[in-house]
Amino acid sequence: MSAYVVRRVISMILLLLLLTFVVFILFSLLPTDPARLTCGKSCTPEIIEANRHRLGLDLPVFQQYWEYLKGIFVGRTFAKDSPDPVVCSAPCLGYSFKRGEEVFVLIKEGFPATFWLALGAFVMWLAAGISVGIYAALRRGKWQDKTVMGISLAGYSLPSFFLGLMAIFFIVIRLQLLPYPSYVSPFENPTQFLQTMILPWIVLAILYAAFYMRLTRNQMLEVLGEDYIRTARAKGLPERIVIRKHALRAGLTPIVTAAGLDLAGLLGGAIITESIFSLPGIGSLAVNSVNDADLPLIVGITLVTATFIIVANLIVDLLYAVIDPRVRLT
Amino acid sequence: MMTDLTPAPRRAYIEVEELSVQFPTEDGLVRAVDGVTFAIDKGQTIAIVGESGSGKSVTAQAIMGLVNSRTADVTGHVWVDGQDIVGMTDDELRKMRGRTMAMIFQDPMSSLHPFYRIGAQLTEAVNVHNKVSKKEARDRAIEMLHKVGIPSPEKRIEDYPHQFSGGMRQRVMIAMALINSPSLLIADEPTTALDVTVQAQIMELILELQQEYNTAVVLITHDLGIVADAADQVAVMYGARVVESGVIDDIFYAPEMPYTLGLLASVPRLNQVRAERLDPIPGNPPSPIRLPSGCVFNPRCVYTDRVEGNLCATERPALLPTAPGHMVRCHMSKAEREAVATIALGALGRETT
Amino acid sequence: MTEIMNSSHTSGDPVLRVTDLKMHFPVRSKGLFPKTIGQVKAVDGVSFDVQPGETLGLVGESGCGKSTTGRTALRLLEPTDGKVEMDGIDVTRMSAKEMVPLRRKAAMIFQDPYNALNPRHTVGAIIGAPFAVQGVEPVGGVRAAVRDLMDRVGLNPEHYNRYPAEFSGGQRQRIGIARAVALRPHFIVCDEPVSALDVSIQAQVINLLRDLQDEFGIAYLFVAHDLAVVRQISHRVAVMYLGHVMELTSREDLYARPLHPYTHALLSAIPVPDPRAQKNREHILLSGDLPSPVNPPSGCVFHTRCFVAQDICKVDKPVIREFEPGHQVACHFPITEYLGSTPIVGPDPGLTAESELEGMQDGDSMEQAAESDLIHEPGTNYKDGPDSLIDPGPGLWR
Repeated sequence: MSAYVVRRVISMILLLLLLTFVVFILFSLLPTDPARLTCGKSCTPEIIEANRHRLGLDLPVFQQYWEYLKGIFVGRTFAKDSPDPVVCSAPCLGYSFKRGEEVFVLIKEGFPATFWLALGAFVMWLAAGISVGIYAALRRGKWQDKTVMGISLAGYSLPSFFLGLMAIFFIVIRLQLLPYPSYVSPFENPTQFLQTMILPWIVLAILYAAFYMRLTRNQMLEVLGEDYIRTARAKGLPERIVIRKHALRAGLTPIVTAAGLDLAGLLGGAIITESIFSLPGIGSLAVNSVNDADLPLIVGITLVTATFIIVANLIVDLLYAVIDPRVRLT
Repeated sequence: MMTDLTPAPRRAYIEVEELSVQFPTEDGLVRAVDGVTFAIDKGQTIAIVGESGSGKSVTAQAIMGLVNSRTADVTGHVWVDGQDIVGMTDDELRKMRGRTMAMIFQDPMSSLHPFYRIGAQLTEAVNVHNKVSKKEARDRAIEMLHKVGIPSPEKRIEDYPHQFSGGMRQRVMIAMALINSPSLLIADEPTTALDVTVQAQIMELILELQQEYNTAVVLITHDLGIVADAADQVAVMYGARVVESGVIDDIFYAPEMPYTLGLLASVPRLNQVRAERLDPIPGNPPSPIRLPSGCVFNPRCVYTDRVEGNLCATERPALLPTAPGHMVRCHMSKAEREAVATIALGALGRETT
Repeated sequence: MTEIMNSSHTSGDPVLRVTDLKMHFPVRSKGLFPKTIGQVKAVDGVSFDVQPGETLGLVGESGCGKSTTGRTALRLLEPTDGKVEMDGIDVTRMSAKEMVPLRRKAAMIFQDPYNALNPRHTVGAIIGAPFAVQGVEPVGGVRAAVRDLMDRVGLNPEHYNRYPAEFSGGQRQRIGIARAVALRPHFIVCDEPVSALDVSIQAQVINLLRDLQDEFGIAYLFVAHDLAVVRQISHRVAVMYLGHVMELTSREDLYARPLHPYTHALLSAIPVPDPRAQKNREHILLSGDLPSPVNPPSGCVFHTRCFVAQDICKVDKPVIREFEPGHQVACHFPITEYLGSTPIVGPDPGLTAESELEGMQDGDSMEQAAESDLIHEPGTNYKDGPDSLIDPGPGLWR
């Protein structure tokens, strides 16, 4: 087990290195000149060249990559030889000249909003999706099942920008049930936090819950058809124990995988939802960075998001081994 | 002649009477089991023989009360020790399952829950029906595993099903089924998924434990060899109905129903000098959704011309006694049936008794 | 290298000759850096040949390597070691491209008629595929040839444009057979062709295979676990256990005078559909399950379950040899006399064998028993009848 974890962590690190490399090279191949983007309208070639040098963009690509990589672990200093060097401490994911801030700091600032959004939606969609999914499975073919599946299909096909805009328009603007969303930390002003977050949570949860309802229902139906469920009934176990103890444990196992990866994906930012509800999270940051062609920031966000997913993958695999004794981690 | 069908004094321990199971589906009503009747006593084994789709497995599940009353329509009677299973509430049924009657299944690989230890699954079966301490349940599980021939059961009880071989898992299933000493054991193709050398071990074990516990066994199988080896009585099923039933000598040495004859003639035999060709039943088994009218076997039967008119295709024959304890569902007269049997069994190089 | 001679058929080149065939599958650990952590020795030194127009039955329990042998014989798998010859041509190391012309000579019928046919192709297209693949234009055109084949295997040629899903299991197996015989191959590997079918349908398919053999002179390598079916169709039979051929001989010899203890056990384990005969047969119950082919037992692979094994069997692997003309066996102690009179004492605690021969006193049932006994056939001298068989040992089996 521990040998497995060590091996997985090593391969994870290798994978991340490979990822940084690919992302870095891809962005260096873009026709856009990052140095040109560092100064505004009144730009002269001299300033561009100076900035290019300050940013280290005049170095060969591979050396740039090496500097970047080194920066992640030990930090780095831009424009060392100029009078006002910019120190970017480890882990340095680059420096956004557009925003005059370290990329890592920007992401760190965006993280709480994204985190709370993802966590709240995660809890809501799991609770709704799994319970409704089980309910539908137990009433397979009946009208309850068909209704649930119909609603799920509808929820699944409604894009979040539509749902989100509708929610804002009707609930905030027309009915004025909630104030216009404006993010604050939950520790600062819990009421405002909840008022802001409730709509994005619901919008995001509806989308995922619809998917999880189907997943849960299909999983449960598959498990309920298994021979060991018949064995459990043949033992004379009450139906509720058959469902809770025998069917649920087996049926929910694959859902753990899906949920873990989905949560990790969301921690990298829910681009549409964050934008609609003006949440200052990583998703909004990503959109803005693309609009501004803020290359260092785009690279940084890509890496952070990928890291979440890779780490979640490992955690999910470990969890799986805990749940299912047949899974041997070797 | 109808005395054998009259249920009034219940003599046998298990009496299945006109048991029918129907599933409404989008394609129409599926008659999975249609008027199945048989009876056995404690310590006896009845084999229900049939091909896929003949309704033998559904019969077994209906006797266990495992057919979902919400999706299927079960009629008739299944008397177990004087109590009728059909019409019991879910809870009454549940209390009988695992205690009065138990079941083992075809595939031991998938019949045990992969996530729980063998011990937990066995003690669960004890605890459902008995108020005993943890220790007692565990001791009972170990004792049972020992009985079914699992080496060092006190260690193996901590193992998961995937750590056992197929044969060992079937032993565990048998241990689980018999842990509350049920008086009826239903074995649904218990050795079909196993290799022959392991099959022999498992059949031996079932028969041995049957003697020890004086259990009535309903053995569902398609393998006539296993029937010959293990059964006292046989019910041959075809197209959801019992077409012939009797003690094994009736079925193997004095069969009268053309399907039984065809079945016996078409099986390749290990113990006989080979005929150049086997003598197969022509055609294919019927689909349970569209059972033929009249006698279910008539489209494949080669003797329909021996019956007056078009009776075989229009009228459903009843399961009637032809000798004490020997029932046949066929329109042919007894003389015709015996003549036909002599021809069919003569081809097999065996004489009728 | 084992020296294999087969004397029962001598005419020309065999359609298939397999010499010391080995097929090992590496077991790899999962992950980013997989490493080989063992070998599944699915087939481990198997030799046999199949003569033109002959059926060689290949029997054994699951995991004995019989299916792998069949697939390797057709070069669907590249063997780890050994030699495969088709019609005298060494095909062991041929590339897929080089194999193409030879594919016309050999075909395969699969166990599962549900999965072996593409559900999106019509029956006509499926049966006609070999013509297209091999670029063969039959006289009268493909369509006529396919209809002819359908008629030959007992399918209605009118159903040319139907899809496999519209057919029953038995009919689907007929489709598979029609496809296999389309190019009149010299030999067909039948991999459990009837085991997924109902009893009454099995007989139809077995008869069909025999008729096609008579008509076209096709040789079969008939892979199956059912010894009764194999007996019905085979001229010679090879019994496999854990990747090895244990015994190979004519059908008559195998069922009447088996030499290998495993064959004895296998035959006695199968109940016959004849209650009186069944009651009087010898019962040898092997203990335990099949060992894993990843770590096969040392010496003779069967020694862990064998009831005649001695110490030598644990260390010395018996080489398959011709014990009698045409009767090969891989055993240090082949059972040459009727079991009942052999003074065999169980060598190890794994021993669980028994004999059940009740009611032997009265002459009538004695005759009955002898007549119906599994290992009795005319020409054998086993009539003396068995009495106490083998020490039942401390096993479970009383």
